[in-house]
Amino acid sequence: MARLKLFVPLAIFVALAALLWKGLSLDPTAMPSALKDKAFPQFSLPILKDEQQLKNQSDLKGQVTLVNVWATWCVVCRVEHPYLLELAEQGVRIVGVNYKDQPDAARQWLKDLKDPYAFSVMDRDGRLGLDLGVFGAPESYLVDQQGFIRHKHVGVVDDKVWARDFLPIIEQLNTK
Amino acid sequence: MIAELGHIALIVALGLSFLLAAIPMIGSYSNNLLWMRSSRSLATGVFVFIALAYACLTISFMESDFSVAYVAATSNSMLPWYYKASAVWGGHEGSFLLWVLMLTGWTFTVACLSRSLPMAMVARVLSVLGFLTIGFLLFMLLTSNPFDRLLPDTPSEGRDLNPLLQDPAFVFHPPILYMGYVGLSVNFAFAIAALLSGRLDSAWARWSRPWATAAWAFLTLGIALGSWWAYYELGWGGWWFWDPVENASFMPWLVSTALVHSLAVTEKRGVFKSWTILLAIFAFSLSLLGTFLVRSGVITSVHAFATDPERGVFILGFLALVVGGSLTIYALKAPTMRAVATFGWMSREMFLLLNNMLLIVIMLTVLLGTLYPLIADAMGLGRISVGPPFFNAFFVPLVLVLSVLLGFGSVSQWKKTKGQKLASFLWVPAAAAVLMGLAVALMYGDGFHWQGWLCAAIGFWVIAVSLRDWWSKASKKRGSTFSQLFNMNASFYAMMLAHIGLGMTVVGGGLSSIYSVQSDVRLVPGDKVSVGAYEFNFSGTEGVRGPNYIADRANVTVLKDGKQIAELGPEKRRYFSGGNMMTEAAVDSSFGRDLYMAMGEHLGEGAWAVRVYVKPFIMWIWIGCLLMGFGGFVAVADKRYRRLSAVQSEMPATSTTA
Repeated sequence: MARLKLFVPLAIFVALAALLWKGLSLDPTAMPSALKDKAFPQFSLPILKDEQQLKNQSDLKGQVTLVNVWATWCVVCRVEHPYLLELAEQGVRIVGVNYKDQPDAARQWLKDLKDPYAFSVMDRDGRLGLDLGVFGAPESYLVDQQGFIRHKHVGVVDDKVWARDFLPIIEQLNTK
Repeated sequence: MIAELGHIALIVALGLSFLLAAIPMIGSYSNNLLWMRSSRSLATGVFVFIALAYACLTISFMESDFSVAYVAATSNSMLPWYYKASAVWGGHEGSFLLWVLMLTGWTFTVACLSRSLPMAMVARVLSVLGFLTIGFLLFMLLTSNPFDRLLPDTPSEGRDLNPLLQDPAFVFHPPILYMGYVGLSVNFAFAIAALLSGRLDSAWARWSRPWATAAWAFLTLGIALGSWWAYYELGWGGWWFWDPVENASFMPWLVSTALVHSLAVTEKRGVFKSWTILLAIFAFSLSLLGTFLVRSGVITSVHAFATDPERGVFILGFLALVVGGSLTIYALKAPTMRAVATFGWMSREMFLLLNNMLLIVIMLTVLLGTLYPLIADAMGLGRISVGPPFFNAFFVPLVLVLSVLLGFGSVSQWKKTKGQKLASFLWVPAAAAVLMGLAVALMYGDGFHWQGWLCAAIGFWVIAVSLRDWWSKASKKRGSTFSQLFNMNASFYAMMLAHIGLGMTVVGGGLSSIYSVQSDVRLVPGDKVSVGAYEFNFSGTEGVRGPNYIADRANVTVLKDGKQIAELGPEKRRYFSGGNMMTEAAVDSSFGRDLYMAMGEHLGEGAWAVRVYVKPFIMWIWIGCLLMGFGGFVAVADKRYRRLSAVQSEMPATSTTA
């Protein structure tokens, strides 16, 4: 009987190996198919600039919007930030989701690095992030005029990613 | 030609490692002494040919031979020579060659330093290491050969080493870390050899101990160096980010810490045998798992190498073979008998068991956090993120509990300790720790933070207990206490250094997180900004030119109470190849605090976004890690390990230090 117990580590490892095997065929940066072409999840969250003011999913509608998940603890967001400013200058509407963050630190960040966002909602407990299936910040979603998610990108958005993955979809959406 | 020579050397080494894995192992079963003896020569041969291959790759780098694909991808003719030499490990293929060089280097060291071990044991240990070498060499030759040529379209210039890596720390961090990672393979081999021979006694534990301690010390230093590098190079002011790759190095560290302690118990008291074996297998398995995570692309990370699913499949297959195989051997061969030695609730054994349990729980939470995105994805729960909040919520309390228990464990005795005795010994350090904690909490920050008090008190508790132990051990000896302080055996100093180091790291990590003051400001020349008691004066930027970049350097003087105490020159660099912009933070370090400054964006008209930190006690983190690593090396140097012989093996040990 005691011998059987010694097989426990092996059994645990087999389960882990199976998981890793599965992991190989999954692309961590791929968009969960469940969300693509679906409406942006419902939310009603205060914005950073004024915690009394609530925004919800219908505020995304009207024009093509880039929803960007960011946080001050996210080291790569700092790298992405200048490009977002550039995009905002080009007239792209960017909405921030400030994910599991300290509001004071986040406001300070926007003050110092400038604010590319039309507004940033505060997702302090990560509920919206959960609905979106956020894998880690930064993450960006392209939302169309009707509030449907058209594309998701995990990681930093830079000029290459923007030209390759986002621009074609935006052009298509704008000609519709 | 050089590259082809290197390629051939790899193939010869592969052939030799097949022989190493087979001949001595068969010899050990058929009792053929000649076959067993071949293990040492074969191990030497494998090492020599891998070293030759490594030298060939280094020469290709020094000569900037861009017809070698790997050189073209990671080097550039403008790089200074020391970065050319270290660019060898700047990418996947070369760093893997370094890994294999370390593995064969450890194998070679075991072959040289095992004169006192029984021949069958040596043969099996070296055979297991040879088997591991086969796997890594096959992986390299089949999926990631560093000597592949780019012919006939040879580029005239290389793509350059990633600017993030062009830093002195890059010269040291990967080799030291790999020494630790790979060193765990020696204990793995010892564990397998012990299982195969059924020889699991205190002699076995004594042979394994210095190897475990050496690997652990290298791992400690490697991780600390990486963390220090991230702190000053990345420019974000943090020192640990719970990045999957950091976790991949931290998990083997946690398990090898448990292993080092559990080996002590197995050696001294002959208990926890199966557990120690399991830890040795786990430690190396986790270092293989780390390799898999970094090089297969299953998890996204800032460290991840360019990935390729084929590589992932190969490493996973190898992982399954090595870990699955060793756990099967474990299940079939591990002793199931209850140990004869018994121990009470308040004994050193019990505290070390608790230490092991806590370390394993910490490791499991880190593992869960690292793999959770993968688990959730595989089970179809969607993609869920586990950020630093998850890790900190579990890690911080567990480490604090571990440190509190350390105080009790390190001064308790084997078998049984009287509670009263412990209390009378420990009340002084406890009182000192509480007071020191209060002093820190009152001196720093705006208002009293109980977390600051707690972290400081627990860190100082570990330090105070160690010092008290040192003093009381010395005063019990004959002669003047003061001279006896410097007359302890090496293993006692090792333990004390490592424990004080841990205490300092706890103080540094806790207090620097709680009491850091930070300010993000826009500065024009002539501006000043006050952070804490310090005033930073920005007098403008100047252009500077490095070997392969140009930079804007800010001139900043720091004043405290009107007196100048430091000059800082943070840089914003643009590298010629690729045009990468890099932030080079400036840090003024001292024992009590770091002044840290990083440049953000240029805001036009001479104005810059600048981030300034004052971080108290942050140096303590790395001083603590240095002490831990140094303690490890002191333990390895202990004479006890060098005068042992096979005859001694059954002798019960009497020393009280662990």
